[in-house]
Amino acid sequence: MTVAASFEIPYLQCLDAHGQPVGALPAWAQDTAALVPLYRWMQRMRAYDAKAIALQRTGQLGTYASLLGKEAVEAGIGAAMRPEDVFLCTYRENGAQLMRGVSMRELFLYWGGDERGNRFERPIHDFPICVTIASQCLHAAGVAYALKFKREPRVAVCTLGDGASSKGDFYEALNAAGAWQLPLVIVLTNNQWAISVPRNAQSATQTLAQKGIAGGVPGLQVDGNDVIAVRQAIGEAIETARAGSGPTLIEAMTYRLSDHTTADDASRYRPAEELAEAWQREPIARLRGYLVAQGAWDKAQEDALLKAVNEEVQAAAQAYLDTPPPPVSQMFDHHYATLPAALAAQREEWLAGADGTDHPR
Amino acid sequence: MAQITLVEAVNLALARAMADDERVVVLGQDVGRNGGVFRATLGLFDRFGGERVIDTPLAEALIAGMAIGMAAEGLKPVAEIQFSGFAYTVIDQILNHAGRLRHRTQGRLSCPMVLRTPCGAGIHPPEHHSESPEAMFAHIPGIRVVYPSSPRRAYGLLLAAIRDPDPVVFLEPTRLYRLFKEEVADSGEALPLDQCMTLREGTDVTLVTWGAMVFDTLQAADELAEQGVMAEVIDCVTLKPLDLDTILASVARTGRCVIVSEAPRTAGFANEIAAGLAEHGLLTLLAPVMRVTAPDIVVPYAKLEHHYLPGQRQIVAAVRKTLEFA
Repeated sequence: MTVAASFEIPYLQCLDAHGQPVGALPAWAQDTAALVPLYRWMQRMRAYDAKAIALQRTGQLGTYASLLGKEAVEAGIGAAMRPEDVFLCTYRENGAQLMRGVSMRELFLYWGGDERGNRFERPIHDFPICVTIASQCLHAAGVAYALKFKREPRVAVCTLGDGASSKGDFYEALNAAGAWQLPLVIVLTNNQWAISVPRNAQSATQTLAQKGIAGGVPGLQVDGNDVIAVRQAIGEAIETARAGSGPTLIEAMTYRLSDHTTADDASRYRPAEELAEAWQREPIARLRGYLVAQGAWDKAQEDALLKAVNEEVQAAAQAYLDTPPPPVSQMFDHHYATLPAALAAQREEWLAGADGTDHPR
Repeated sequence: MAQITLVEAVNLALARAMADDERVVVLGQDVGRNGGVFRATLGLFDRFGGERVIDTPLAEALIAGMAIGMAAEGLKPVAEIQFSGFAYTVIDQILNHAGRLRHRTQGRLSCPMVLRTPCGAGIHPPEHHSESPEAMFAHIPGIRVVYPSSPRRAYGLLLAAIRDPDPVVFLEPTRLYRLFKEEVADSGEALPLDQCMTLREGTDVTLVTWGAMVFDTLQAADELAEQGVMAEVIDCVTLKPLDLDTILASVARTGRCVIVSEAPRTAGFANEIAAGLAEHGLLTLLAPVMRVTAPDIVVPYAKLEHHYLPGQRQIVAAVRKTLEFA
C-alpha cells in the first residue's frame, strides 16, 4: 500500500505553564504594552464570573455556566476579532462577548432569565448565545456564506466545546466551510469535560483539531491557557479568512476549572487531584508571571486592577438588580415582525389574566 | 398568459423573486445544474449563477441552519429540502432557531427565510418520500406554515413567503406538481398569507382542507352538487397562523363541517380546526364535525399507497353521514 493522504496537526505554545517563553514571541507580543490589556481583560472576566456565581448562589441569577479557566481563549478571540466580524458563541464565551462590547449588565440580564440580555446594544449583528449544542456552527456557515456573497471583508467566528465536536452539525458546517472556502474560523475549546463525560470517552481521535482535515479545513491546536498563543493563532486564522483564503479550525487546549454550570457538581465525577493539577496551568497566573518577570506588572498595579474590576462588576450587578422585570407582554412580542391576528388575540387573553393570583409576581 | 403546472408556478415565482431582489438566494441539494429533482429550480442556475442558486453538500440540517445565518446577515434564502421525509432533521433548526431568533433577540435579529419541501403521498415514490409533517411544523412558534394547492396559489403564496419578514415553511403538494395546469400571470403579485380561501361557495356543508386533498375535495363537491348538495370548500392555505374566522363564518351558514386531511389522524392539523369549531362554533353546528384523514400508520410503500390516501369516495361518504345526522 502507498499513502493516500497524510496530515499533521501543528501545536502552538508561546509561554509555558510557568510563564517562560518557549521561543521567540510573535512580534506583536514582544512589547509588553500589548499584553497588559489582555491581562486586564482576563481579570475583568474572572471578576465577572465570580460575581455571576455569587449572584446565582444568593438566588439573584438563574443557572450560570462559568468560564473559569478559559479566560485566555476568550481574550484571544476578543482581541483578534474586528467589531464588524460576526461572533456566534455558546453560553461559555461571556468573556469574549464582553470584549466585543456586550455589557455585564446585559449578560446578567440574560442569565437572570430576561431575553433583553440578548438584545445587546452592540455588536448588533452578533448572534445570541447558543444553548443547543453545535447548532450555531451551521448558522456560522450561513453567515460566512452571506459575508462572502456580499463581498464584505468580514469573518464569522464560531465557538464550541469538545463535547459539541461529536455532533453532526459541527461536521456539516466544517464540510461546507471547506467546500466553499468560507470566511469562517471555528474555535473549539477543549476543556476536557462535557459535563461528566471526559475527552477520551468523547472520541478516539488523537486531536479534535484533525476533525477539520476531514472537511478540508486546516486544523491546529493551541495551548488554550496561553493567551499569546491563542491570540496569535486566532488572529492568523481570522486574517486568512478575511483575505479569502478559507476557514480554519482551532482546538484550544484548556481545562474547565469550574463545574459545568451552577446546577452541576463536578466532584461527583471528577478527581480532585486532576482539578488541582489543572490549576497549575491556569491562564491568568501564567501571563502575570511573565509580565512581572519583564518588569511590566507589579503588586500595586495588581491591587489597583482587582479593586477596579470588582467595583465594575459590583456596579454592573447593581444595575442589573435595579432593572425592572420585563413586562408580561415581552413573552409575546417579537415572535413575528407583526403579530398575526390569532396570536394577538392570545396576547390580549393572557395580558387580561396576567394580574391574577395563580402566579403572583 | 401561459397554462402551467404547480411545479412550474413554483419555478416562475422563484425566478420572479430572484429577478426582483438580488438578496434572494436558492439553496439545496441538486437545485443548481440539475434544476432540482422535481425541476422546481429549472433554469435558475443558468440565469442567476451558482452563487445564488447553491448546490449544497448533502446535509439537510446544514441547509436549514445556513439559511438562518444567511437571513440574519440580510439575505433572503429559499432553502429546498428534497422530500418531506428528510425534513424531520431540520426541525431542530426551525424550532430552536428560525422561529426564535427574532424573539430571543427581542427584534435585534430576524430570520426572513423560506424552507420549501415537497409534501404528501400519491406518486408511488421510494419510502420516506410521502410524509405529511404539516402538524409538526404548525406546532412551532414563530413561523408560518403555508401549503398551496394550485399553480396560481403556489405562485402568489411563494412570492408572499419570500417577501415575508419571518420564517415560512412552504409545503408543496407533490401529487399536484403536474396533475393539472392553470393560467398563471407572472405579475409579481403576492397572495395574502394568514388567510383561508373559499374556493367554492355552498349552503349545505363546509369542507375544510389543504394541500393535495383540495383537489379531491373539489371533485367531491362536484359529485355532491350533482346530487343536489351544495358544499362550500375552504382551502386553509396558511395553516399557521390559522384564519379560523373564515371557517367559523362558513360553518355558521352551513351548520355542518367535514375536515379533509391526508395526514395521520392523531394530533393531526384537522384536530386543531375541529377544536376551534367546538370552542367557538358549537352552537352553530347541526351535526358533529367529521374528519376524513389517513389512519395512524406509516405511509405504506407504493403497492398499498392508494389504499392509504383518503379520496373523493370517503369525502362524499362523510358528507352523507353529517347530512343524515338528525
